[in-house]
Amino acid sequence: MLAQDDILETHDLHVTFGRQPVLREINLQVPRGQTLALIGESGCGKTVLLKTLIGLIRPTAGKVVFDRRELAELDDKQLTQERIRFGYVFQNAALFDSMTIAQNVAFPLRQHRKYRSDEIEKIVVSRLAEVGLPRSVITKKPAELSGGMRKRVGLARALVMNPEVLLYDEPTTGLDPIMSDVINELMMRTRSRYPVTSIVVTHDMNTARKVADRVVMVYPLARLDSHESQMIYDGSPDQIDQAADPRVRQFVRGEAGERLMEMQADDQ
Amino acid sequence: MTSIFNGSIPQASRFHMSSAPQDAISGRSRGPIEAIANAIADLGALTIDWVTALGDMILFALRTFSWMFSRLPRRETLVPSLYQIGVLSLPVVALTGTFIGMVLAVQSYSQFRAMGLETRLGAVINLTLVRELGPVLAATMLAGRVGSAMAAELGTMRVTEQIDALVSMGTNPLQYLVVPRFLACLLLIPSLTIMADFMGVAGGYFYSVYILNIDWFHYWDNSQRFVGTYDLFTGVFKSLFFGAAIAIVSCHRGFNCSPGAEGVGRAATAAFVYSFVLILILDLFLGILLDAIYYSIWSDVPSLI
Repeated sequence: MLAQDDILETHDLHVTFGRQPVLREINLQVPRGQTLALIGESGCGKTVLLKTLIGLIRPTAGKVVFDRRELAELDDKQLTQERIRFGYVFQNAALFDSMTIAQNVAFPLRQHRKYRSDEIEKIVVSRLAEVGLPRSVITKKPAELSGGMRKRVGLARALVMNPEVLLYDEPTTGLDPIMSDVINELMMRTRSRYPVTSIVVTHDMNTARKVADRVVMVYPLARLDSHESQMIYDGSPDQIDQAADPRVRQFVRGEAGERLMEMQADDQ
Repeated sequence: MTSIFNGSIPQASRFHMSSAPQDAISGRSRGPIEAIANAIADLGALTIDWVTALGDMILFALRTFSWMFSRLPRRETLVPSLYQIGVLSLPVVALTGTFIGMVLAVQSYSQFRAMGLETRLGAVINLTLVRELGPVLAATMLAGRVGSAMAAELGTMRVTEQIDALVSMGTNPLQYLVVPRFLACLLLIPSLTIMADFMGVAGGYFYSVYILNIDWFHYWDNSQRFVGTYDLFTGVFKSLFFGAAIAIVSCHRGFNCSPGAEGVGRAATAAFVYSFVLILILDLFLGILLDAIYYSIWSDVPSLI
């Protein structure tokens, strides 16, 4: 893969909170147009990695390169410009609860574009229709919607600025199996409609198998030897069942294995 | 677990705090020297925590100022803040002012009456009100009503990733959330102070004249002789600093809220307590400064007796 094809890269990325290291020597290259699933158990640092990619968390060491520009070298204004090129779908949608659905979806447009209000309304309605929400929701407040609908509004808001990179943080967590599949379908439909690079943080193997071209598994540092790489799998979703590393196979199959013993040891 | 770290602003590390629990677990007995050493280390860690928190708050304030001067907030973010902070605080500030004016009359009456100086009550009540109690009480009510609410609101936004969502959409949260609240506190606290002063003066007058039957002419006459424009200015000028302190402290607590309902509750309480302490500290030092300025300009001060 040629370097200029990569829209996002990390080089020797380290993130440490206080004295607790969360990410160590992460070297990840994401080519333009790829859909990458970051899998791993809760607390392994995958959400931290996602937030570091957009500059919500500053790396302790190493660098994040977006479209050949290092994020740490940008000033506030440039960083703002670059962030508009991202769409971030938050785990719990993170809608502004003081605003209506229409105001939420229109928020980035009002901040960064000079559209008339009827133009904004048209865009909002069409974006909501794309994620399968009726016009009637636009006057509602986020608290009046179900979890699945809120996630869809979150996706509509992330899409409204036509981002080049979409970051999904656990898009199907907390949803019923049918709604999870609706979200999976929406992610695939978004990808087929727009030339977008997607990074999906998930621990739902159905999502990883269905939407991703490539799967990277991140392992918690606490249970890793110091010489091991934190990314214990990097490959296609089809071959993950035959992965050489037993930890990967264990995760994919969802088996407790020796971890049950660990928990018992903790209890004593 | 990752959501714990949403704050992204590093908390002060507690280098030595861990030593005591470890000893408790291992059951190792500690000698007196070690105990003293640990106490000193804990004190040091606490000092580092405080200095770090203070530095963080000052940086927060400086960044807010720089955003405030680089771009004024939009109307749709400023007007709701002005309404929430100013208009909705008026009734409670007015009520507090009225009662404190009356309480001052009740408390000082017997002493002044014993000296036969009850008409001087006008001077005592009104001077106390415009110089001290008006501004301090208006600020306290603002810290209680608005400061805690701001900390809880911003804290909830932090915990539910709404602040992260703002950043991810290319909006600076300081510019969008803190600057309007700061400006609203700064611009409206003088009006609230004047309201507290006015209602206090009215309450004090009502109680002194209608209940304690003090002669109204001499009550006003004494007020006019002893309360000057500089006294009124002192109170209003101090209130600007109180308003700024409330906004910065409360927003800072909200931004650095720890996760969960407990974190939000703690942020709201801390916002009030820190604001109140800061108001009193500022009051003392501004009082000393403004008095020094007064005496350097006018050396003659009318005596109450």
